[in-house]
Amino acid sequence: MASNKKYWKSVEELNENSSIVEKLQKSEFIEDLPTDKFLGDKESLSNSDTSRRDFLKYVGFSTAVASLAACEGPVINSIPYVVKPDDVIPGIPDFYASAIADGYDFANVLVKVREGRPIKIEPNKEAANGFTNARVQASVLSLYDNNRLRGPMAKGEETDWAALDKEVGAQLADIKAKGGRIVFLTGTTASPSVHALIGSFNEAYGNVEHVVYDAVSEDAALNAFEKMYGHRALPDYHFDKADVIVSVAADFLGDWQGGNFSAGYAAGRKPKNGKMSRLIQFESNMSLTGGNADKRVIVKPSEQLKVMQMLYAAIVEGKSVGNATPVEDAVQKALVQIKKAGSKAVVVTGIQDENAQLLALAINHALQSQAIDVVSTKNIRMGDDSKVAQLVKDMNSGAVSAVFLYNTNPAYTLPNGSAFVEGLEKVGLSVSFASVMDQTAEMCQYVATAPHYLESWGDVEIKKGHYSLMQPTIHPLFNTRQFQDTLLKWAGSDQSYYDYLRAMWETNVLGGKSWNKALHDGSFKVGTEEQELTLNEVDLAAANVALSSAGDSEMEITVYVKTGLGDGQQANNPWLQELPDPITRTSWDNYLLISRIDAERLGIKNWTVDNGALNGNLVNVTANGVTMNNVPAYVQPGQAPGSVSLALGYGRTDLKKDMKVGVNAYPLAGSAYHEVSIEKAEGVHEFACVQLQHTIMGREGEILKETTLEDFVNKPVEEWNHAPVFSLDHQEVTQDKVDLWEPFDDTIGTKFNLSIDLATCTACAACIVACHAENNVPVVGKHEIRVSRDMHWLRVDRYYSSDMTVERGKEEGIFGSGDFFEAQTHPSDAPEVSFQPVMCQHCNHAPCETVCPVAATSHGRQGQNQMAYNRCIGTRYCANNCPYRVRRFNWFKYANNNEFDFNMNNELGRMVLNPDVVVRSRGVMEKCSFCIQKTQLTILNAKKEGRAVADGEFETACSSACPNGSLVFGDVNDKESKVAHLSEDDRTFKLLDFVGTKPNVFYQLKVKNTNEA
Amino acid sequence: MAHYEAPIREPLIVGDKSYHDISNDIAAPIEGKANKWWWGVFLLALTAFLWGIGAIAYTIGTGIGVWGLNNKINWAWDITNFVWWVGIGHAGTLISAVLLLFRQKWRMGINRSAEAMTIFAVFQAGLFPVIHMGRVWNGYWTMPIPNQFGSLWTNFNSPLLWDVFAISTYLTVSVVFWYTGLLPDFAMIRDRATKPFQKKIYSLLSFGWTGRAKDWQRFEEVSLVLAGLATPLVLSVHTIVSFDFATSVIPGWHSTVYPPYFVAGAVFSGFAMVQTLLIVMRKVSNLEAYITRVHIENMNKVILVTGGIVMVAYLSEFFVGWYSGSSYEDFTYLSIGAATGPYWWAFWALILCNGVFPQLLWIKKLRTNYTVSFIMAIIINIGMWFERFDIIVINLSRGHLPSTWTMFEPTFVDVGIFMGTVGFFFVLFLLYARTFPVVAQAEVKSILKSSGDNFKRERDNK
Repeated sequence: MASNKKYWKSVEELNENSSIVEKLQKSEFIEDLPTDKFLGDKESLSNSDTSRRDFLKYVGFSTAVASLAACEGPVINSIPYVVKPDDVIPGIPDFYASAIADGYDFANVLVKVREGRPIKIEPNKEAANGFTNARVQASVLSLYDNNRLRGPMAKGEETDWAALDKEVGAQLADIKAKGGRIVFLTGTTASPSVHALIGSFNEAYGNVEHVVYDAVSEDAALNAFEKMYGHRALPDYHFDKADVIVSVAADFLGDWQGGNFSAGYAAGRKPKNGKMSRLIQFESNMSLTGGNADKRVIVKPSEQLKVMQMLYAAIVEGKSVGNATPVEDAVQKALVQIKKAGSKAVVVTGIQDENAQLLALAINHALQSQAIDVVSTKNIRMGDDSKVAQLVKDMNSGAVSAVFLYNTNPAYTLPNGSAFVEGLEKVGLSVSFASVMDQTAEMCQYVATAPHYLESWGDVEIKKGHYSLMQPTIHPLFNTRQFQDTLLKWAGSDQSYYDYLRAMWETNVLGGKSWNKALHDGSFKVGTEEQELTLNEVDLAAANVALSSAGDSEMEITVYVKTGLGDGQQANNPWLQELPDPITRTSWDNYLLISRIDAERLGIKNWTVDNGALNGNLVNVTANGVTMNNVPAYVQPGQAPGSVSLALGYGRTDLKKDMKVGVNAYPLAGSAYHEVSIEKAEGVHEFACVQLQHTIMGREGEILKETTLEDFVNKPVEEWNHAPVFSLDHQEVTQDKVDLWEPFDDTIGTKFNLSIDLATCTACAACIVACHAENNVPVVGKHEIRVSRDMHWLRVDRYYSSDMTVERGKEEGIFGSGDFFEAQTHPSDAPEVSFQPVMCQHCNHAPCETVCPVAATSHGRQGQNQMAYNRCIGTRYCANNCPYRVRRFNWFKYANNNEFDFNMNNELGRMVLNPDVVVRSRGVMEKCSFCIQKTQLTILNAKKEGRAVADGEFETACSSACPNGSLVFGDVNDKESKVAHLSEDDRTFKLLDFVGTKPNVFYQLKVKNTNEA
Repeated sequence: MAHYEAPIREPLIVGDKSYHDISNDIAAPIEGKANKWWWGVFLLALTAFLWGIGAIAYTIGTGIGVWGLNNKINWAWDITNFVWWVGIGHAGTLISAVLLLFRQKWRMGINRSAEAMTIFAVFQAGLFPVIHMGRVWNGYWTMPIPNQFGSLWTNFNSPLLWDVFAISTYLTVSVVFWYTGLLPDFAMIRDRATKPFQKKIYSLLSFGWTGRAKDWQRFEEVSLVLAGLATPLVLSVHTIVSFDFATSVIPGWHSTVYPPYFVAGAVFSGFAMVQTLLIVMRKVSNLEAYITRVHIENMNKVILVTGGIVMVAYLSEFFVGWYSGSSYEDFTYLSIGAATGPYWWAFWALILCNGVFPQLLWIKKLRTNYTVSFIMAIIINIGMWFERFDIIVINLSRGHLPSTWTMFEPTFVDVGIFMGTVGFFFVLFLLYARTFPVVAQAEVKSILKSSGDNFKRERDNK
């Protein structure tokens, strides 16, 4: 319907005859527009300021501006809290006590949380197991692993929990009805609540079995202990109570029996009243313990058994041993010292042989060693290899209806992994509780994706009576559900695991004490009543005889674990992959360690190529019925001739390209050693080795001082800790007298110094990863590491002794010649090993500071050598002029760059970044800052509280991570502080003191207990 | 007696040349057309130059990591090339300034090209400290300019900053000196030019030179003043470049002999480069009459002297290092450790090219031979490049802590940038040879009557 409304346009329309109205109907305007007036007049037009060109310019410009304004920069939403959580103050970190128990590493930790993100793991020093190693330090990055599963999976497809519960629940009901056998195959949990839960699961379903399996097994030691003391456990060791430690292939400063022994060991290594402990190591491959030993005896794996027998014969049976061979001689000398030390001696062994372990227990029993604790035993590494073997058989025979896998990856870690996989296919229901799609989870029907330990509740009893709690420090990142919650659900309970755990603790553990307190502390100690220890009658003689039956072979292979990867479950952690091994200083690889003699026999070489990187030959290794092709061979000084070693934890196939490194050595695990045949293969391997010169070239006097206990006690300090002297007016003067610079008064305020005790540093590398995490140090990948572009702010140099000394060179008349220098570069076949952590020395007269053209690096009032990243233009002059070579250049953009596809290249991985430390851009220099973000916070907190900073409050990432207390940081102007006292110590020296840099880092020289008698 | 020269002196201008002949000869390359050789070499140089630009762009876009450097050897080809080019740039000023003060007339045949070479070499040199920066875009922070960054200022303690001043001063003075000398010659070209465009250009370039007596008087005075200013620069530039190393604490760098030894080395390499260029140029530009055997021989003598100084410096470095008994000195670039170590080839390249081969120039027959002189110049150029490479790379690869010992290998980008600067240098030089009077004809004319072959003969026959 058309509208017949009439709208008035103007008052003129009232007048019907108005010409205007009529006109308006025809034309828009009443009057003609005077176009002629302004367009027709050419003259005025050409005089006009605005030309047609101008008009077009304006139009063009406005269009461009309008379209530019429509463009938007990338928007990064940072959303403020609408309602601020009570316990979160932006910028202020929270610390939560928790515990790591991933089946391989067990420790009490403090988790540093910033704005809801866990960013750093610190040791919980108030708890008994509050030590962090490199892997525990790095575990926070595994939380942000981009490989983690985002939710539950069913038959390779994503699913949801309801569907999963329904499907699995139906199958379980079916199995229950048929009385089928359900097996839990887990790594060591050491968790009272998990044991209880599996118990209640058994009640619900019947016929439930729990098999514990450790990838790196201590089965032999457990069996031996069970035979002798009646229950399966590992004894604890207190190496601080030992004066003489004899270790037969026990890498107790590494991961032997779960590790964490280094603090005790270190306590006995500082000479006190002229005394310190002595460590004698019998081993075939160079371990961390062997590197630290006072005496290292190179013994093939098969002969290690004989060493155990000799020790047993002499100590327990009272027989005498011969000294025909060097090994026998060494054993005899060790025996003399053991006997002298009596109960202050301890013998440990890492031989994966039950009989050898039995003999060790018997020896320590006979010695009544104070260092071994068989009462408060440890609950970690409880794996039972025979049960696992039986399980694999049962699975293959179809006797298992359901298998639940938690904290374990047997398809990868079992020597017979393929048999396991075949068996798994025959099991009706297989569920993995993994958090990544590992090789085992891939083969399982369901993956009930579990969260990371930093997102989980849990408990762990690492040592008898030492309970710890695990608490979530972040809301689960993904659609995950804890193993324990899932169990409860499937067992038909409505209870959450948290409630279950709390109830269980309140009834069984806490004994009326506060749950909140226990949670706050992270650990809870239950006094155990002194049990009467029953000692079983064991046929030791038979064990001894059984050992003799082991024949020796021409070539023997052992497996070992590296500091970085351990059992390999964190193989996707780039911090750990990039961590150079403390001994080989090689990262991103495992390799066959081989002695120089064997290498020459087989024609295997390692060599340095033109860009300084290390290359080596490949070998094919056949042992235990397995052939591994193209294994890189690394010529290891100190490796026993006739033996080779290969590290576990590498060669996982479920990782992406950059992380897929090394070969899987697990097929060779589970035995003391295997006979092996090695042949050279075609091709060349490229190693990522950060140290290419292995010896110190006769410079130990200025770089890495060491002395013997004898000299330390008997000789004046000048003889074993000689300070450099200079000539001034023909007088010998010390360094402080010859100074080009005007002194400035730095005695007022705080002045930071860092003390590094080489006597107690065992090169465990925890500090390196701690520094990596704290300071947002980029990961650069294998190739960049290979070409000496490692970014670690803190490194631990390792030097081998050389057979060519100055004295010998002079004797042979070649001193000073090319032959002499060449010989000097070769490590000895039986080298002494020295370690030295090196970071920026924060020189008071820093060579780097004077050469920077833009003053980007300059001295702080508190003694730090500071680096202003945003001022740096990247001339790299500072790095060239640094005698310590601690400066690191950002050769590329290491964050947000697909060429460096590590944690800083994805949103998840970037969550680990410390917001207090800037991520450096391409083209700037970086280096150790003495953790200025930490020290400033400490000062600020003290200031707010109106007090002085107490000694021990100042910490750097490295000093707080050091399990041995080797790194002591503090204010040297506080005369009462520990570091001030250490600076006055007789053992103190400064690295390259003669250069005149006056570092704020100083070292305590290492004292070796070389007493043979 | 200005026109008298002892008959025993060989003439500096050979052939039957008149003033007009000189004008014709010098103007010929500018007025004529380039032959295909010129075009061939020019295109080759241009290609290398473009390749270099590509390599530089890649470096700036991706990061210094595309070079072969590492965290222990933070400089290698970049600073090697820098010092090498600066060194080459030394001959020009020495020839034009020092020899002017010493009234060496033989400089007149070669000073123009030597100075041009200096300026073009300093261009190349200046490029490296800029592009070797991790953040080139902030490179202007090395200038002491008022800024909005608060109290930030340059660090006057840094030898790298001294370099900035030394090189820029040197470049400025060299350019001014060179240009002053060019004025009368440009005027000559202008006066001869027939094409209006050329005439206009050369009129502008010659700053309205009229050739009045007053012009000449001022010209002489300015030349003398500039020579006085430039002479200390000859010593200062390479002294300051050597401070980059000498003031450091690195074994092999920390050495008091560096300043004089670097200056001598620079003159050594600079003369070698002048030889390289002029022996070719006298042939292709038909300048045999002006760049004679005498010039070549004189330059060879300078090479012998400065090469001798350099060799003495090597020996003293080697001896003092060895005599110190310090283990750190056993592996510096002049040590037994270097001679037998992984960089033995670089060590021996240095010794042979700079120390041994130039000794052949003691033989008169060889030093007056153009081919021998040319080959020798090339050898010395290579040797001097290795000297800087050895100083930087060998010393950095064998630092205080043996744990940090490593090696360096150049990437295609390192090579590309170096070749690019060589290309750029020749692009500039070839353009110069076609557009500039390559011999200072005004000055040469001043010695025609005294040292011209025909005039000498006439006078002597009298």
